Amino acid sequence: MVTDEILNKYDMTIGIECHVQLATATKLFSGADNDARDKSPNSVVSPIDFGLPGMLPVLNREAVNLAIKAGKALNAPIARVSRFDRKHYFYPDLPKGYQTTQMYNPIILAGYIDAPLEDGTNVRVRIHHAHMEEDAGKLTHYGDYSLVDLNRAGTPLIEIVSDPDIHSAAQAKAYATELHHLMTYAGVTRGDLYHGNMRFDVNVSVAPKGANELGTRAEVKNLNSFRSVEKAAEYEFRRQVAMLEKGEKVVQETRGWDDAKQTTSSQRSKEDAQDYRYMPDADIPPIILTDQEIADIQETVPILPPEYREKWQALQLDSSVVNTVLNNAPVAVTLEAINDRYDAEVTKRVFNWFSSASADDMNITAVESGLVGPRRLVELSQMVGDNKLSSTGAKEIFLALFNEDSIGKMPEDIAREKNLLQVSDEGAIAAIVDEVLADPTSAKAIEDIKNGNDKVIGFLVGQVMKKSQGKANPALAQKLIRERI
Amino acid sequence: MSRISDIVDRIKSGESSARSEVENALQRATSTDEYHALLSVTAERALERADAIDARIKNGEDVGRLAGVPFVAKDNFLAFGAPTTAASRMLEKFDAPLQATAVEKLEQQGAICIGKANLDAFAHGGSTENSAFGPTKNAFDQTKVAGGSSGGSAVVTALDVVSFALGTDTGGSIRQPASFNGVVGVKPTYGMVSRYGVVAMASSTDTIGCFTKDIADAELVMDIMSGRDVNDMTTLPDFFSPLDELKPGQKIGIIKESMTDAVDGEVQDKVNGYVEKLRAAGHTVDEVSLPIVKYALAMYYIIVPAEVSSNLARYDGIRYGHRAEGVQTLAELYGRTRDEGFVTENKRRIMIGSYVLSSGYFDAYYLQAQKARTLLIDAYEDLFKTYDVLLTPVAPTPAFGLGENTADPIKMYLADIMTVPPSLAGLPAISVPAGATSAGLPIGVQLIGQRRTDANLLALAKSVEGK
Repeated sequence: MVTDEILNKYDMTIGIECHVQLATATKLFSGADNDARDKSPNSVVSPIDFGLPGMLPVLNREAVNLAIKAGKALNAPIARVSRFDRKHYFYPDLPKGYQTTQMYNPIILAGYIDAPLEDGTNVRVRIHHAHMEEDAGKLTHYGDYSLVDLNRAGTPLIEIVSDPDIHSAAQAKAYATELHHLMTYAGVTRGDLYHGNMRFDVNVSVAPKGANELGTRAEVKNLNSFRSVEKAAEYEFRRQVAMLEKGEKVVQETRGWDDAKQTTSSQRSKEDAQDYRYMPDADIPPIILTDQEIADIQETVPILPPEYREKWQALQLDSSVVNTVLNNAPVAVTLEAINDRYDAEVTKRVFNWFSSASADDMNITAVESGLVGPRRLVELSQMVGDNKLSSTGAKEIFLALFNEDSIGKMPEDIAREKNLLQVSDEGAIAAIVDEVLADPTSAKAIEDIKNGNDKVIGFLVGQVMKKSQGKANPALAQKLIRERI
Repeated sequence: MSRISDIVDRIKSGESSARSEVENALQRATSTDEYHALLSVTAERALERADAIDARIKNGEDVGRLAGVPFVAKDNFLAFGAPTTAASRMLEKFDAPLQATAVEKLEQQGAICIGKANLDAFAHGGSTENSAFGPTKNAFDQTKVAGGSSGGSAVVTALDVVSFALGTDTGGSIRQPASFNGVVGVKPTYGMVSRYGVVAMASSTDTIGCFTKDIADAELVMDIMSGRDVNDMTTLPDFFSPLDELKPGQKIGIIKESMTDAVDGEVQDKVNGYVEKLRAAGHTVDEVSLPIVKYALAMYYIIVPAEVSSNLARYDGIRYGHRAEGVQTLAELYGRTRDEGFVTENKRRIMIGSYVLSSGYFDAYYLQAQKARTLLIDAYEDLFKTYDVLLTPVAPTPAFGLGENTADPIKMYLADIMTVPPSLAGLPAISVPAGATSAGLPIGVQLIGQRRTDANLLALAKSVEGK
């Protein structure tokens, strides 16, 4: 058992390689449909993807444009000349016997991202480079045979390679999460983790604190959730520390993550490492880009999370609120539209509704389509400001905006239907106040207030609220009570 | 002997029909069977197409510049009507689901493919003896090789089975068999004709060209095939158009390193004879030096095998083509499939290519060869500052005997020594007949031009043709 005290004697160093599936309509080198979700096996495969004799790749310009956008999100310059290379190995999911990738001249050069941590600080992770490449197909193994599905073969990817700047499992998770934010906001990927749109390979090494050299690293491949990135890093830290404590050597190897057991296990060691015989791909001319072309494409990149954070700084929101709303790009777009035109008070209420509501109760497509947009949200927030709604009532209406029965309706109409409008008519509230004060059960409270125990006024306001079925404006009720005592 | 224009005229005038031209070509294919120039005939499809073209002619439709003209494609062009075998066991039963761009373009002009020609398996070789289905014999002497790798295409053209045939040229595979069989052979500028649908050998030097009986026919075929193809990113925008008039007084350089004692005396005589004809036509011919060509074979036999090892990686028995029976493991499936599907020369090149690309050797061999290749390109460019055209023999010897070089791959590779350098530089080069040896074996002269000067090369050859 490795205790925290022992763990504290070691430092962990992590570098992450992330494969991002690009959201193109067609594949990297063929006209086949790039969306293989729910498609029957081998139904979106062209002769090029199939590796027939005589077939030649035709580079998808849209994929290049998405890589250029990714470069902006990674604060990385775009190479004016980049090239494709062939990486050779034999496997049934690799139709040409080589993967077309960029080994020597990648399209995205060195950059960095700042990943926000839970304590409100950031970790800066440098990007070594990112290159374009094609995905392989998929093998499914049965007893004594395997089936090949090439639907995914030729899907365009960028592989983002980080420097080893990550030093904890929490940082690893933060990096993966922020990368996902950046790539989805920039429109580079659909970002569907369930369907493997982003996959992470986590390289972990461990060394005694203060050591000059990094330890031997193990690579945990193919993680497809932020949580598994975090857990795998944590597990590897403990596993490698335990080995070093016993005087054993960490082996350089590829390991797999078992999500059920929450453990990693060895898949292939460095001795089995293949020689990929990289060579330039003569079938694809170099990608040559001008400054103007790059600028034109990057100009179309919408606001990215770091810029949102900057814009919202004046609101003085809790960083957890900001990061929660950033989980959904359409929500961030909507919030910024409000922030841009309305005051902090109106805006902050909307932030809080979005950050506190459970994702299951919201329908983000309604935000995306504008059905739950600034007009309704601002009206709702202003109703609270104008004392027409209690904050509890406002939350209820916020959720109702997404509800099948009331979607598309205006907040005020919903409030009326649900009978949630606050009564701010002084006469009507005064009548209730008089009724409450006349009630014998209020006598003690009245006495206490008169003796200087002002807090008790809350009890009387509560009684007024109860009698008004929550619709009385509490501030007005309090004012009226004071006037009468 | 029929040229393309003769056939087109005959059909147009009603003297003949597409059907009778195809029938006659098929008849000649059968009667010349002993040369083993064809691996398959596509009789059924050819006759159907001929009838369709005849019907359209009857209707007065324009059926294209090659209406009813039969041709043969080397069996590494994907084409309908017969399997595309690349003369290998690997693809012995491979039926192409689509046709090569070059074949499509010719068919759009009314040409009719009547068969698929023999080659060295996957175009690896210079004699057609590496065909998995047996060698092709020389059109002039059946004890001699046809040359290669497009041996079958050269022989069917020389034997007048068809008026033209398609070939591929990676290091001499059109020019050398054209020389050995006394026909015109055209290797265009790299990128002039689409490679789409042609079984790849070496992506950076593969070119698509033709065999014809005269220059005019070659100009016509190349004019139709050339141009940008959206399916091949390396194709160039169409620049080829036959020249009506040759710029007089062309400056020609004969490369002295190609006329050493290692070159057969009769070959030298014929080349010198051709030079005299050029001079007589008002052109100047000077001796020039291109010392770096002595390294060209070394570059070629590093770069090309590297690309070959990569391009042949897809033949793994998983999706199509030959698959070994009775195997137990995946490694065994790959190993036995590729052992059975490839010929010795394929395996030799795959091994050399894998070696020069492997970690630790890549820099020393592959990159070094690519650097040397750049020097070769620069050296050519220097010469082209002064000269319009360069001239060499096509091969150091006339056609050699069947089996004569098979035991010695280096000797076989040396036959490519004249043709390999322009391939590495992506230059257009053509092989034109320059007479025959005393024993009656044809000899060819190679004319080399700057990139995109294909039309000038052909016009120059035309200016002395038949003289």
